Amino acid sequence: MLLVKNGRVVDPARNTDATLDILLDGERIGEVAPAGKISSSNGFEVFDAGGLVVAPGFIDLHAHLREPGQESSETIETGTKAAARGGFTAVCCMPNTKPVNDSASVTRFILDRAKTGASVRVWPIGAASVGSKGEAIAEIAAMEQAGIVAVSDDGKPIATAKLARQVMDYCCSLDLPVIEHAEDVSLAAGAVMREGVTSTRLGLAGMPAAAESVCVARDVQLAELTGARLHIAHLSAKASLEQVRSAKQRGLRVTCEVTPHHFTLIDEDVQYDSRYKMNPPLAAREDRNALLAGLADGTVDAIATDHAPHEPALKDVEFDRAPFGITGFETALGLALEQLVHTGRVPLMRVVELFASGPARVLGLERNIAAGQPADLTIFSLDRQWTFRAAESASKSRNSPFDGRTFKGGPVATVVGGRFVHRI
Amino acid sequence: MTHRLHDLLALESLSADELTFLLDQSKPFQEIQKHPLKKLATLRGKTVALAFFESSTRTRISFGTAASRLGADIMNLQAEASSLKKGESLLDTVHTLNAMKPDCLVVRHAASGAADFVARHLDIPVINAGDGTHEHPSQGLLDALTIRDRKGKIDNWNVAILGDIRHSRVARSDIHLLGKFGCRLTLCGPAMWVPRELQQIAPQAAIRRVFNVEEALDGADVVIVLRVQTERLHEPALSASDYVLLYQLNGERLRRANRDAIVLHPGPMNRGIEISPEVADGPQSCVLEQVTNGIAVRMALLFLLCAGHDEEGTHPSSEAQQPVNRRAADVKDPSHASR
Repeated sequence: MLLVKNGRVVDPARNTDATLDILLDGERIGEVAPAGKISSSNGFEVFDAGGLVVAPGFIDLHAHLREPGQESSETIETGTKAAARGGFTAVCCMPNTKPVNDSASVTRFILDRAKTGASVRVWPIGAASVGSKGEAIAEIAAMEQAGIVAVSDDGKPIATAKLARQVMDYCCSLDLPVIEHAEDVSLAAGAVMREGVTSTRLGLAGMPAAAESVCVARDVQLAELTGARLHIAHLSAKASLEQVRSAKQRGLRVTCEVTPHHFTLIDEDVQYDSRYKMNPPLAAREDRNALLAGLADGTVDAIATDHAPHEPALKDVEFDRAPFGITGFETALGLALEQLVHTGRVPLMRVVELFASGPARVLGLERNIAAGQPADLTIFSLDRQWTFRAAESASKSRNSPFDGRTFKGGPVATVVGGRFVHRI
Repeated sequence: MTHRLHDLLALESLSADELTFLLDQSKPFQEIQKHPLKKLATLRGKTVALAFFESSTRTRISFGTAASRLGADIMNLQAEASSLKKGESLLDTVHTLNAMKPDCLVVRHAASGAADFVARHLDIPVINAGDGTHEHPSQGLLDALTIRDRKGKIDNWNVAILGDIRHSRVARSDIHLLGKFGCRLTLCGPAMWVPRELQQIAPQAAIRRVFNVEEALDGADVVIVLRVQTERLHEPALSASDYVLLYQLNGERLRRANRDAIVLHPGPMNRGIEISPEVADGPQSCVLEQVTNGIAVRMALLFLLCAGHDEEGTHPSSEAQQPVNRRAADVKDPSHASR
């Protein structure tokens, strides 16, 4: 039994923002009561959350844990340790491992590894097509029974409109969301950043915003055709967001996520430093402004990290040759507070929704703080000064553009299944 | 100069004063090219490493000649002969070269930003001899030197640049340099090679895009013709005969320019594609002067960056007193004394 007392409980699903005590009874929340109502003399472990925010456990819809196959960059153990430090209680891991998670046996391997070595919950995402090659549909039902929470060919889109349509049809019957890495690969071919004045000045090959939005248009129309649950991953372009907004207005089951780096940085920040190279690439200023608006107005459903670790030797090369991706678990909340809350752009309640109940809804789950719910909590400060040092990260990789950045507020303690998995 | 140049990675970051200084420094080395004996001892005992990760003939020979005319020793790395094929990273390769203790590294690479990347990891001066589609600063300087020689000044000309500007590092260096001297730049070529973003890469420069070559040449004082890289014709697919039809600089089109306009080309030329033989060999063409000036500019750069690290850098003008170098006695260097 763990008593979290005196915390400012922010629970968007119940529209609660109050000082409450929460008694965790093993894996579940036992009781939620006004501060002081639960006697702490009963031999419970007590955590005084005075001055801190207590939120439903954060869920990251988009991460790469690299296991199996690329353990030199990350493992389920190191990745989830970093996730716990970042305040995440559950992480959805993308299937582009080696081998690709396109079968129940790989799904079970991931879940077995998670059972023994993971700090937080690991929810695998299965490949939509065999080997994510875009040819044949993967054994989605078998993976669903093994424990996947969604399908995606992340790293690339589902290769053809026809296959995307089939996957969507099939996933309707399985009630699984289809997560799309929206990218027209012909428009993006060879590109290493967003096309614009900066790419032109630097002489780096750029992809236009349309490389993303053209594919979003395809997928939204197929979602309309099939009635599927479509989730657009790491949405970065204003034109894509407008399509998601209009799809929602039409009542389609279309959702989207935005990464902290896309709402913080823009293409102008790229200076041949491969820590600023990711896909989708950092977008234009007007795209970032649109994302900030979408985060505030509810068009965006979730903040997801796209945590993409790469060992230093892979990233310390010419910009053109560096792999796409940056780490993201440990800086996500700090960036959200910095960019969204402290600036007054987005209320705290809504930010918690973007990290917790929003992503839960994408997966068809509930996340709130009430008796009987899983005992997963993210406890964070709004004002503690701290500096992110990539060299001290729990991740195996160091590829973050936010190395050395000082934040105001960030994770203090992470509780999964009633136990602390991270505590400062 | 208040600020000492450590590397030469791009012209974008240099001021007009700094660029003028570099051009002035090239002047005495231009004189040397006219002498029967061209070798100085200025960099005797120094080693210049030439690391060319992309095939190049003229730029590599030009830098190599510049280094040897300054008396430096040369380390030559060519991509074909290097361990890159064996999977060694760029960083490991340049660290290995650096461990052989050169005094300066000249780097050519197919990736934009490669010289910048190398400079971040090495303490010795790095000269960018062309990085991808970013910049080719020594080419920009030699173009400016050629313009200044032929036309008396660099400032305020109407400059037309013709060709595949999107993929041209020469064009970027020229735009940054000439833009700082008040030149009005007209970029001309097929639309996919002249993206509108190019108009904003140098905020202080007056840049316009024109898709009609006659219009671009009207009133031009300087015409810079870029090489059509045949490998680029495929991406995006563009018909070579269309290019010739619409954009080749021929005698008739050149007559639209001012009568004393000059024509530059960074080489190597595709005669009959982007430039007609008549123009290439005509009186307005500066192509061979550009080559000669290239050596002078590169001698100045190597001198400034290599010798600059000693307490007493010996410029050819001060070497004049030394019997060891006969040729240097003829060299005048007004700029050195004035700064």
